[in-house]
Amino acid sequence: MSAETGPLPAAEELVERALRAAGGDRCLVLVEDGSSAELRYANNTTTTNGQRRDRRVSVARVVPSAGGLAVGTASASGAAVAVEELVAAAEADARAAPPAEDAAPLLEGPALLDFGEPAVRTELAAFAPLADALAAAFEAARRRGDVLAGFATHEVTTTYLASSTGLRRRHVDATGTFELAARSADGATAWAGRSLGSMEEVDVAAVAARLSQRLAWSGRRIELPAGRYEVILPPDAVADLVIPLAEAASGRDAEDGWNVFSSPSGGTRLGERLVETPFDLRSDPNEDGLECIPFLATAASDADVSVFDNGAPLGATRWIDGGRLSRLRYHRAGAARAGTAFTPPVDNLVLALDGASAGLDELVAGTRRGLLLTCLWYLREVDVSTLLLTGLTRDGVYLVEDGEVVGAVNNFRFNESPLDVLGRAVEVGRTERALSREWGEWMRRSAMPSLRVAEFNMSSVSPAS
Amino acid sequence: MPVVRIDEAFDALPLGQLTAAALERAAALGAGHAEVRVERIRTQALSLRDGQVEHASDDVELGVGLRVLHDGSVGFAATVELAGDAAAALADRAVEAARLAARAGSRRVELAGEAAHGTHTWVAPYGRDATAVPLAERVALLAGWSDRLASTAPVEHVTATLLAVSEQKHFADLAGTVTTQQRVRLQPIVEILALDGDGRLETMRTLAPPAARGYEYLEGDGWDFAGELAAMPELLAEKLRAPSVVPGAYDLVIDPTNLWLTIHESVGHATELDRALGYEAAYAGTSFATFDQLGSLRYGSELMQVTGDRTTPYGLATVAYDDEGVEAQSFDLVRDGTLVGYQLDRSIAAEAGLGRSNGCAYAASPLLVPIQRMANVSLQPAPGGPGLEALCDGVEDGLYVVGDKSWSIDMQRHNFQFTGQRFFRIERGRLAGQVRDVAYQARTTDFWGALDGVGGPQTYLLAGAFNCGKGQPGQVAPVGHGSPIARFRQVRVLNTRAEAGR
Repeated sequence: MSAETGPLPAAEELVERALRAAGGDRCLVLVEDGSSAELRYANNTTTTNGQRRDRRVSVARVVPSAGGLAVGTASASGAAVAVEELVAAAEADARAAPPAEDAAPLLEGPALLDFGEPAVRTELAAFAPLADALAAAFEAARRRGDVLAGFATHEVTTTYLASSTGLRRRHVDATGTFELAARSADGATAWAGRSLGSMEEVDVAAVAARLSQRLAWSGRRIELPAGRYEVILPPDAVADLVIPLAEAASGRDAEDGWNVFSSPSGGTRLGERLVETPFDLRSDPNEDGLECIPFLATAASDADVSVFDNGAPLGATRWIDGGRLSRLRYHRAGAARAGTAFTPPVDNLVLALDGASAGLDELVAGTRRGLLLTCLWYLREVDVSTLLLTGLTRDGVYLVEDGEVVGAVNNFRFNESPLDVLGRAVEVGRTERALSREWGEWMRRSAMPSLRVAEFNMSSVSPAS
Repeated sequence: MPVVRIDEAFDALPLGQLTAAALERAAALGAGHAEVRVERIRTQALSLRDGQVEHASDDVELGVGLRVLHDGSVGFAATVELAGDAAAALADRAVEAARLAARAGSRRVELAGEAAHGTHTWVAPYGRDATAVPLAERVALLAGWSDRLASTAPVEHVTATLLAVSEQKHFADLAGTVTTQQRVRLQPIVEILALDGDGRLETMRTLAPPAARGYEYLEGDGWDFAGELAAMPELLAEKLRAPSVVPGAYDLVIDPTNLWLTIHESVGHATELDRALGYEAAYAGTSFATFDQLGSLRYGSELMQVTGDRTTPYGLATVAYDDEGVEAQSFDLVRDGTLVGYQLDRSIAAEAGLGRSNGCAYAASPLLVPIQRMANVSLQPAPGGPGLEALCDGVEDGLYVVGDKSWSIDMQRHNFQFTGQRFFRIERGRLAGQVRDVAYQARTTDFWGALDGVGGPQTYLLAGAFNCGKGQPGQVAPVGHGSPIARFRQVRVLNTRAEAGR
């Protein structure tokens, strides 16, 4: 493998070189041109921070094989491998491979005119106002005896997808997050985070003020034992639980008996009512405020996502429709085999209940006795067949009595399945933009309702704060 | 034949020209410290389901990353462009980052001293780089394993995956250390699935640990794959018939295939001083093992001896020099049950006044800044200590825990919960068949305080993980953990079906 030194060529030029190297034969080229910048802070000071420029070129080469189609893939960042060598490596793997189980004809077109436009980049310079706002927040925190920590990042990726069959698509994706955690001198903690499209959307002072209010709630400390509690989950915590549910929606795993969507009598639970409450769990590249890439772009195949399907338009997808399981992820070949719909993944997730309009404050006001949570942490699957997850509450558990927060409670380890949590929801709020603290780095775009849930299983007390 | 040379294509890159361009410009801009890495990381992932390829990827990452210490602030910049002017421009961008950080910075960062080491080349011990093995050969190996398992009752489905990584790293700093290092690692995982009479699934996964070894590992050098795979179907059949565990307090005899992960979570992360000082407060978390307790915290029973090192052959965190140019070392973390040390990088060592860094800086990619990451953190075996039988001998009613599965621990490393691949009842000192649906849950210091038996060197296994996570943006690091079999008294055991309300 030989690297290419010197300036990086334009994405469009790389694409044409790759397709030429494939002799115009079946070939897909994906160029992801990225830049990112970040500011990290802890102990009321900035810590590690920086900016980078990245570019990954991926090639899939498709060749006839024993009556079917075989595929080989290869990818490299920047100049690590000349694109002609990537094509050759992918082709060598394809020629040595048996027919692919996910094979399907490459999609033709569309070729859109913006394909020739350059990549869009982000720069750390855009963080200057944020740095100044943080400096003021750190100073105020020091005066109160509080300690702030957190992270802000902005990433822009320009995706170029092209094929020997005429596909030319480009998409610019800009996402970021801002997180702030606070600790008071007596050990109380609070956290707030949000995802955003640009750094200008951050209001540090407002977030810091909200955290101060949370720390003030901790003026009264209440020790509670393990047990089953009514809990109020804000949208961020619901995202922590519901993102793994969507992630588990693999058609192939379900068919094989390997997940919570498998029927004990064989096959999948498609069409089955999962929860009585008529929740919708959906994804849509055109979702207002959560817009994301509207076509499939993948460097390699997986159980339910196929490199052959690259360029497929993505649309509104209802995973759970009115409480019933209505879609599982399937690539075209898998869907044809299973007699169900081709369902590629979409990079956002929305949980909603028709007609629900209450905000978090209203759920709190309507609670006789319960625990208001902030976010969840270190969630891991304990039992794949029930999707039982374990994890911790983090940075704010508050006791609510007669509609008011009356003090802060210790943390807990829980064991719960997201499906059971949805099933035990006794009140559902309006859907709002959320940031999962556990999964937000991989799923930045989610919108979730607040939920009041009966009998949430707090398995043991965690002394952590 | 062991590999002793740095990969020719990497060596042919204009490494000196790129690093000189970056360092000279950084010095000209007034950086007191600067270090630059040119790194190439090749990552291959392959997975088969029921003998058919489901995923195959082959990625090469190559880039240049520069960190500067400028007027007391840290700045980092990186690019995948391999050109002298782009490398020099990194210095401008890193200094810009340091200046931006300074606007909200309240503490001058200093680095603990480290002698300049001159020019060194290091190649880890391995025979055949798995990332250089043709895809068809890797597929044939996994398909052969899968097919043998698939044809054996009660197996209904088989997945087989192989992750392989090779890494070349060229480092240069303003002090004059120039190192070029090459290492490899691989992680094979085979899992089988069967359904019991009620349609409930059970799985069983290989215990073979990931290792910093070459492809020869898969062919029997360091692990008996043939033996392990042959035994799995019967173990799964026994698990399908096994009764569900009665929750309660049990004595646990824990195999190193499970205990490595408990060590990782409850000792490895808790003894990272950057965490203890609050630098991961918003993400990975802090530590109950606070700095004021160094030398006094009763971590566990006096049988507990835990070391950190970056030197163990085949260890996943093993290198010759870390990503701040610090020579690899080994050091004590827990001695006779007392906290006696932390894992350090240069800025944390300086802030805590602990003298020299013990070499735990690592960046997961040329595009990411080095931060303090975990060494190989290992529980030491007892010289002349007991084997499995003798450890079970003193147990009236207990469980022998084998293989890791699910894991979770809180943000101060107090409260953890782990499951495993298989759990055998111990009745009056004898192994008495499997039970299922087991999780164990404890508080770190209670658990290690209940350690009352440590196996001898004959029970010791070096294991570890590819996927230790820390930092924002997230960085995934490989880390090794050695452990003997060990015994813990009266640990809380849960029934995971009951926890799920089933």
